[in-house]
Amino acid sequence: MGLEIESNHLLSNIAVNGKHGENSAYFDGWKAYERDPFHPKNNPQGVIQMGLAENQLCFDLIEEWIRNHPEASICTPEGLRHFRDVAIFQDYHGLPKFRKGVANFMSKARGGKVKFDEDRILMSGGATGANELVMFCLADPGDAFLIPAPYYPAFPRDLCWRTRAQIIPVHCDSSNNFKITRAALEAAYVKAQEDKVNVKGLLITNPSNPLGTTLDRETLKSVVQFINENNIHLVCDEIYAATVFNSSSFVSISEIIQDMEFCNKDLIHIVYSLSKDMGLPGFRVGIVYSNSDKVVNNGRKMSSFGLVSSQTQHMLAEMLSDDDFVEKYLAESSRRLAQRHSVFTKGLEKVGIACLPSNAGLFCWMNLRSMLKEQTLEGEMMLWRMIVDDVKLNVSPGSSFNCLEPGWFRVCFANMDEETVDVAVKRIQDFVGKETKKPVKGKNDQGLNLRVSFSSRRFDETVLSSPQMISPHSSAHSPLVKAT
Amino acid sequence: MGLEIEQPCVELSNIAVSDTHGENSPYFAGWKAYDENRYDEFTNPSGVIQMGLAENQVSFDLVEKYLEQHAEASTWGKGATGFRENALFQDYHGLKSFRTAMASFMQQIRGGRAKFDPDRVVLTAGATAANELLTFILANPGDALLVPTPYYPGFDRDLRWRTGVKIIPIHCNSSNNFQISPQALEAAYQQAQSMNTKVRGVLITNPSNPLGATIQRSVLEEILDFVTRKNIHLVSDEIYSGSAFSGDEFVSVAEILEDRDYKNAERVHIVYSLSKDLGLPGFRVGTIYSYNDKVVTTARRMSSFTLISSQTQHLLATMLSDKEFTEGYIKTNRERLRKRYEMIIDGLRRAGIECLKGNAGLFCWMNLSPLLEKPTREGELELWNSILYEVRLNISPGSSCHCSEPGWFRVCFANMSEQTLEVALDRIRNFMDQRATAKPKIPFRKIITDQAVIDMYSCLLA
Repeated sequence: MGLEIESNHLLSNIAVNGKHGENSAYFDGWKAYERDPFHPKNNPQGVIQMGLAENQLCFDLIEEWIRNHPEASICTPEGLRHFRDVAIFQDYHGLPKFRKGVANFMSKARGGKVKFDEDRILMSGGATGANELVMFCLADPGDAFLIPAPYYPAFPRDLCWRTRAQIIPVHCDSSNNFKITRAALEAAYVKAQEDKVNVKGLLITNPSNPLGTTLDRETLKSVVQFINENNIHLVCDEIYAATVFNSSSFVSISEIIQDMEFCNKDLIHIVYSLSKDMGLPGFRVGIVYSNSDKVVNNGRKMSSFGLVSSQTQHMLAEMLSDDDFVEKYLAESSRRLAQRHSVFTKGLEKVGIACLPSNAGLFCWMNLRSMLKEQTLEGEMMLWRMIVDDVKLNVSPGSSFNCLEPGWFRVCFANMDEETVDVAVKRIQDFVGKETKKPVKGKNDQGLNLRVSFSSRRFDETVLSSPQMISPHSSAHSPLVKAT
Repeated sequence: MGLEIEQPCVELSNIAVSDTHGENSPYFAGWKAYDENRYDEFTNPSGVIQMGLAENQVSFDLVEKYLEQHAEASTWGKGATGFRENALFQDYHGLKSFRTAMASFMQQIRGGRAKFDPDRVVLTAGATAANELLTFILANPGDALLVPTPYYPGFDRDLRWRTGVKIIPIHCNSSNNFQISPQALEAAYQQAQSMNTKVRGVLITNPSNPLGATIQRSVLEEILDFVTRKNIHLVSDEIYSGSAFSGDEFVSVAEILEDRDYKNAERVHIVYSLSKDLGLPGFRVGTIYSYNDKVVTTARRMSSFTLISSQTQHLLATMLSDKEFTEGYIKTNRERLRKRYEMIIDGLRRAGIECLKGNAGLFCWMNLSPLLEKPTREGELELWNSILYEVRLNISPGSSCHCSEPGWFRVCFANMSEQTLEVALDRIRNFMDQRATAKPKIPFRKIITDQAVIDMYSCLLA
């Protein structure tokens, strides 16, 4: 039934401006993966997906809980009596027990150092919906938010596409381990004012994607001071809060403002989700937590556009109120992530590859700068293409995170089993080993002598402009879509 | 405690502070009366009966029975197998099995008279999200959609709030049973022109909320011709399609397009949801079905902000793929709704009240204009006030649906038991009897709008 389409003028500007972001190179690695997905038995030479920040390490714990609590489902004999009440429940306040459970989980993920008020919890369609909702509440079309770069590639879509707001990146680099400095924030803010752009706020991701690091206390304090002094909002995306390898090393924004008496708490808003910490991205549990009554009241009305399914709320209400389960889950999840991180980074270290020292997240920020033929974006893309096509690993090039320093790659490690991690590490080790044995031509000789040689035919120039990009959420042929 | 430092107020966005969410309308004041004094058959038999909520509670048992008999739909199977794949699934294409089941269900509702391609089904968290999303795609801020009155109060929020798009009413009235006339269409279009506003499309609800009636085939053809001539879009919200009392009386725009070999179909988009037909508003299941490839692609990308929980997709995919279940459900649900409708119409008639002839939906469109003191909006609100406090029924005044003709009220009948409906009808009969004998009436009470109550109930816009 493919019909000829009329010209684009019949659709809105938003529909045709390409700001959905899918035409970026970031998504091209997915194509390679989808064409040739790795499988330990059926396709051991295939591409290993290391571009997807998923947490697959603790499903067994959740599955066990579900088996032991059939009453949490509204479809089982034990839970069916709840069916109609749950099915009819569309109140945008959300099930009280669900909100309580989320507040409880959030608090425990922060070591109990802060308590969350369940009446300030709003639902949204995943963190994707939550970030957009917050922007709709805080920014008018044309307003800007400062965001430290490198940042999550979908922020332009989530924060700007329909809201018509804009992002002003605050570029960070390895000279200080990518820390956010007061000076950088000031400089970006002043420049925006010179450009007559109205800055409404600052958005930070803590723990960071793609860096995998948490912000230290001083940086957080300095950030809060900065936004207070300039009277702008602070949005903290804490979606990776419970992926910290050691929970005591995570300082959340809530903890910081508890101790800062001069802070205007109406400016502080948190975005959260269960997609990373619990590995449940399919359930679309996005949360906005705001200290501002106005944002809570207006945001709640907006949440009508992305409520969490009452079926899912009901199940999670039970699960997250189970303190024993929550505590055990958080401890075990941190332990497994730490272990996975260690295995991976040690494997890389054996061949002289370093990652940014990190203490959280589902990925590492891998430093391959010394392997670049040239320290440019092009150099990074060439290396990336090699890694995808020859090493058969879909990793994410730093440029897709708006990182201006070429040569960094985000590599996910929590979306596979142990055997696959070993295969991936081995492939990297082999690749690096092979490359170091090749004779080095040319005058550049940096550090580890890991010059990459390649033939130009591998650099596919259509990478940067291919129109048929598949989104990270598209997995038409992905093994993840087994349910169909 | 440190010094209190006065902070200049940091502004929220214009959208956040505007009233366009629509929740400060008197419409919601009825909730307060209900909330303070809820009817209960046993514990509070003189309480306020809620007849302002378009929910379908007549067919739950059918779904519950299905779940009892089909363990495979429950959770993810014994031992939670398949859990992790489902929990990870966030593909905005949606579960293929679910899309296929939705397409098939929509087809069955239309008696197979229209075919639906699963690859054109875009999933959203409820029709609320679907309508907003389509508006974002079809119109720019400041542009307008033409919407026939009376219409669902939630449209003011869904179509306008965050999109910045305007609604221009296509005025309909009782002279021709509130049908959409070509003159009314043209008048609305001209009004937009005079306001220097670009019209991007027409949005109809078929079957209509609040009228409870299907749009006739000839009218649909006219509307299709109109949008083609003007080169604009047509959105057909068919959320009540499975609630037409007789399958034959509902004509979907999809059927007409099929008959026309899909000529000019790329301007047509259908919104659907399981909230009304299946009585599952909590599950947030909405769809956009578009004949326009670019709209499908863009809508799918935009649906990232409002995907359906994979857990819910999984449950419904199983249930809606079961043709035996769906055919039985559709048939029985229609029958029960028809019975309810006949019961209320009969009861109202015996009380001397006429309604618009309806053939669908979870409500009837009741004509109380003969009772108005003044044939104005104020007159209507006064009458509404009486009904709320004297008769103790929360019904929806036509003005909240932007009806240009005062005196009409939407009365829901599917969100309660038959006994409760009988009680409501008794009360109406008494009320009418009393008016006939001209008893002194209760003075008009100013309706206090309590923000907390509005807040609590505005979410139940249905």
